[in-house]
Amino acid sequence: MPLDVLQDLLEEGLPLLGEHIILVVSSVLLAALLAIPAGVLAVSRPTLRKVSLAFAGAGQTIPSLALFGFLIPLPFIGGIGQHTAIIALVLYALLPILRNTVTGIMGVDAAVRDSAEAMGMTRAQILRMVELPLAAPVIIAGVRIAAVTTIGTATIAAAIGAGGLGVFIFRGIASIDKYQILAGALPAALLALAADGLLSRLEKRCAVR
Amino acid sequence: MEFRQATFRFGERTILSGLDLAVRPGETLVLLGRSGSGKTTALRLINGMLLPSAGTVLVQGRATTDWDAVQLRRSIGYVIQEGGLFPHWTVARNVGLVPELEDWPAERRNARTVELLNLVGLPANEYGTRLPKELSGGQRQRVGVARALAAGALIQLFDEPFGALDPVTRLGMQEEFLHLRQTLGITSVFVTHDVREAMRLGTRIGLLDRGTLVFAGTPAEFRGSAHPEARAFLRVLEEDSHAS
Repeated sequence: MPLDVLQDLLEEGLPLLGEHIILVVSSVLLAALLAIPAGVLAVSRPTLRKVSLAFAGAGQTIPSLALFGFLIPLPFIGGIGQHTAIIALVLYALLPILRNTVTGIMGVDAAVRDSAEAMGMTRAQILRMVELPLAAPVIIAGVRIAAVTTIGTATIAAAIGAGGLGVFIFRGIASIDKYQILAGALPAALLALAADGLLSRLEKRCAVR
Repeated sequence: MEFRQATFRFGERTILSGLDLAVRPGETLVLLGRSGSGKTTALRLINGMLLPSAGTVLVQGRATTDWDAVQLRRSIGYVIQEGGLFPHWTVARNVGLVPELEDWPAERRNARTVELLNLVGLPANEYGTRLPKELSGGQRQRVGVARALAAGALIQLFDEPFGALDPVTRLGMQEEFLHLRQTLGITSVFVTHDVREAMRLGTRIGLLDRGTLVFAGTPAEFRGSAHPEARAFLRVLEEDSHAS
């Protein structure tokens, strides 16, 4: 690859990488803010648990390119651009976080929960001091899975004008230019590996030793 | 503490029916029974983890339904199998749980934690910073006892606390229980399915058979009981004496 091409790619690539990171971080953060409290509520409410898991599961079954397309004509939440992409990405990220929150809390040893109650802890104290800390590694694993898949899915967001590394990939496909495709795909893959590594470390640090 | 016609139903099933029983200050009432006889249910009626479907359970003269559940539980110790310790907390923090919930100043809390760990034979400077998984089963059980005693509760509930221990450790813990009872003057209700344990620890024994109290009296009276369920348990003791 000629040097000036590489320089051009770098010059254009850095802002695209920035956009990509913003897309991913805001989507995963929003999904976590929705899914973790929902998971906490769902643990003791079987109906809510079924409905929310079904909803989050259904979101995942829609092919991502189609979902981006569906969202474009919708008023308020739809249209072209970053916010539409974020809505779609949040929908995808919900399921792993929600499922892991529910699994993590329900996996807390019944004897531990019983003794917490018997010692006179309030519901809120049990959640804050016992259930959430013990479920933390499982919940973080859910966030990790969500982050890794979102980094990949976010490349498709370029199709509805949300920017990010997908811009290179779509352009590369259109012009049959493997360097352009690689310029998008390679940083995305590295980003996914980095996110996976970072969150794995956090997960281990939260695990009960 | 007193049960007055206390009944507990779960759906269609009656787990405990019309229990009448008073626990006198300073005594150790052992609730003996097979699995599913309702003994743990009776225990949980005392600290309000369950509320009676009919009848009343009085603690310090007040019905458990009139108590604030959290206050009631903080004034009653509770020890379960393996201690039910929080695996992510150190031994010292586990012991100081109720004082922490009750917002004791840190200094008083620490002093109390050290005192109790010493009392159960686990010196705080050696064991305080360990995690529960770094202890043996018997040591975890001691921490569970220390935690139950931490806030100075005079009523203590024991739900088959020594069930998971090996026979040698269990015997040691039983002796320690007798010693602690004498030192601290606590009133306790102790649930077990082990008739030897019941005879060794109980000042009185209440025998539950499928949710009904079929016998209440001293261990000596229990030996003379003619009730079939009591005889079934006594056969275990007879086997022991034959073996020796």
